[in-house]
Amino acid sequence: MTGIFPWLILFLPLLAAAGITLFALDHRAVSARLSIGAVVISFALSVALFVHGTRGETRFNWISLSDGAASWIVDIGLRLDPLSLMMLLVVTGVGSAIHIYSYGYMHDDPGVGRYFAGLSLFTFSMLGIVLATNFLMLFIFWELVGVSSWLLIGFWFERPAAADAAKKAFLTNRVGDFGFLLGIILVWAVLGTMDFGQLQKMMAANPALIGNSTIGIAGFLIFCGAAGKSAQFPLHVWLPDAMEGPTPVSALIHAATMVAAGVYMLCRVHFMLAADALEFIAWIGGITALLAALMAIQQNDIKRILAYSTLSQLGYMVMTVGLSGVGGNPSAAMFHLTTHAFFKALLFLGAGSVILALHHEQDIWKMGGLSKKMPVTFWTFMIATLALCGVPPFSGFFSKDEILATAQRTSPALFALGVAVAGLTTFYMFRLIFVAFTGPVKSQLPDHAHESPAVITLPLVALAVPSLLAGFWGIDRFYASQFGTGEAEAATGWVAQLTAPFAHAPGAAFGGLAAVVIGFLAAFALYWNKVQDPLPAMLGVVARWLRDRFYFDELYAKLIAATQDALATLADFVDRWLIAGLFVKGTHGSVELTGRLLRLVQTGNLQTYSLMFVAGVAVLLLFMLIR
Amino acid sequence: MNVGLEHYLVVSALLFALGLLGVIVRRNLLVIYMSLELMLNAANLALVAFSRFNHNLDGQVMVFFIITVAAAEVAVGLALIVALYRKRETAHVEDLTTMKF
Repeated sequence: MTGIFPWLILFLPLLAAAGITLFALDHRAVSARLSIGAVVISFALSVALFVHGTRGETRFNWISLSDGAASWIVDIGLRLDPLSLMMLLVVTGVGSAIHIYSYGYMHDDPGVGRYFAGLSLFTFSMLGIVLATNFLMLFIFWELVGVSSWLLIGFWFERPAAADAAKKAFLTNRVGDFGFLLGIILVWAVLGTMDFGQLQKMMAANPALIGNSTIGIAGFLIFCGAAGKSAQFPLHVWLPDAMEGPTPVSALIHAATMVAAGVYMLCRVHFMLAADALEFIAWIGGITALLAALMAIQQNDIKRILAYSTLSQLGYMVMTVGLSGVGGNPSAAMFHLTTHAFFKALLFLGAGSVILALHHEQDIWKMGGLSKKMPVTFWTFMIATLALCGVPPFSGFFSKDEILATAQRTSPALFALGVAVAGLTTFYMFRLIFVAFTGPVKSQLPDHAHESPAVITLPLVALAVPSLLAGFWGIDRFYASQFGTGEAEAATGWVAQLTAPFAHAPGAAFGGLAAVVIGFLAAFALYWNKVQDPLPAMLGVVARWLRDRFYFDELYAKLIAATQDALATLADFVDRWLIAGLFVKGTHGSVELTGRLLRLVQTGNLQTYSLMFVAGVAVLLLFMLIR
Repeated sequence: MNVGLEHYLVVSALLFALGLLGVIVRRNLLVIYMSLELMLNAANLALVAFSRFNHNLDGQVMVFFIITVAAAEVAVGLALIVALYRKRETAHVEDLTTMKF
């Protein structure tokens, strides 16, 4: 009976997307119901699978080619293990909240049908990544996520900024995906299979394989794909621009799907990442976390602050994957991914609620005093903020503490970096809170703001619960069972669970807490009751660099423009001089010249012809006689 | 003096060369035609000579064919020349350049 559940979970959203596209594109209520229904049923089925504790794979042969000894078999299969089961819950659970919220948020938009079709397609693609049993299937859904993100980020395509952001996201991802595809091909060429289960068995049977340099290179290339999807430096530029999409889409992209795909994939293939690759991954993650946190402190758009915060937290997760070491346990990354999915979705949905109340104003310096006008939004937003900052007992505290503890064990430099990022996180989040929600009103807009309707606040409350409590649910131990390393005994009781991190790795826990306190105090000192940002005056040019995101976009634009110009010049030369000049005109010219020369022979005089004829015969005769 | 095959062949070759020269250098169609006949008959002479010196009749049979074909050809050719003359009032090759590029 449960055999069909995974297939249903995967394909219900696709059916909804197809149904909406074919029949209900113009029916708002029908399309919303189809899409929401599909994802909620998927969620219910996921819960059933989770409770039932199903493990294993279902699969069928998709491509089966054999050529004597060599055979090539690609399955379409669904894999259920702790990793994918929990991700299923996250994707469909957070997805459900976002779908329902979308119904309220997008209610007045004329393209609701198209929106929900895209949302369902996105869910379907992400579920495919979660359930995939082999690299090829993963890659197919990987690309589907890219396509559906393009559709959704560019949902308001009539706005040039949105259309550009969609293209940017798609193309930046393409850069990473190219490396990913090369990595997959390399793995297949060297090991002869793309199936995760078989690969893992191979690695387990032959541990020397992981030191193989080709496998090492494949690991780097595969990380390229993760860097694209999870927006790691230097491919991070697309993610803040993806804010041009509708806010629930941002929530979906930033929390449960898309950016999670990269980290999830890294954990999925963690068994074949070599030590060099892991160290590289750790540093890329750390750099991303720090850069993004720095950029976030000078952004003024509420969604952009959250976007850079996502980047920074993703950096944390990727760093943890890297730090876990060969054959280690990256479950802390997945744990943070899960808690982050809850509170980041909540943050985005809360921001969406604010944006809706302020008639699409996103500048935090035009807000203020919203905590009284929108209490539900404010308090849920506050819970998510505390979770993001890592304040005990919120869920983020536990996951961030595990990350810091991992870093403390393995790399002091990255541990210091992690603590600094934790401080910065608290600083920019409370800057947002103090400026947008408390403090004086900074424009007329908040005067008319009022709390959003229940269809919007209910998902907020629903997400606030796991944001608050997910740390107590043993998610980390559940993930750890995937990687087969013995974790410490689970503490029983709420208090024991809460104090366990302090007993377990006091340096990490107290370090993280100290960073939070310092960040909070700094934010309080600088932004409490302020009407304009004091930082630019204090930091001068540094603040401008932060606000302008270290000029990465400009640098890339210049680089790409220069490269394209060079390529275009080269192509122009080849086309103009080689192809058009030498080949086309050369052929034409030589044929014409020959023709003109031969025309002289055609005098039209019979006697000339006969003379030539005789001359020809004479030559032939001579030739014959001399031989 | 004993007349041998090579004498006949030399005469035949001279006749052929004369005919060829006529075809190439003369400008009057009728004379070109006559020169052509001369070339044919040079060939005939060579064939008859071969026939005689090889003691078989193959060459003579061939000659009969050539005479027959030549007669037909002359009839057609002369008719063409007469028709051309009637149309163009000339039988000189320099004047017949309509087909020249």
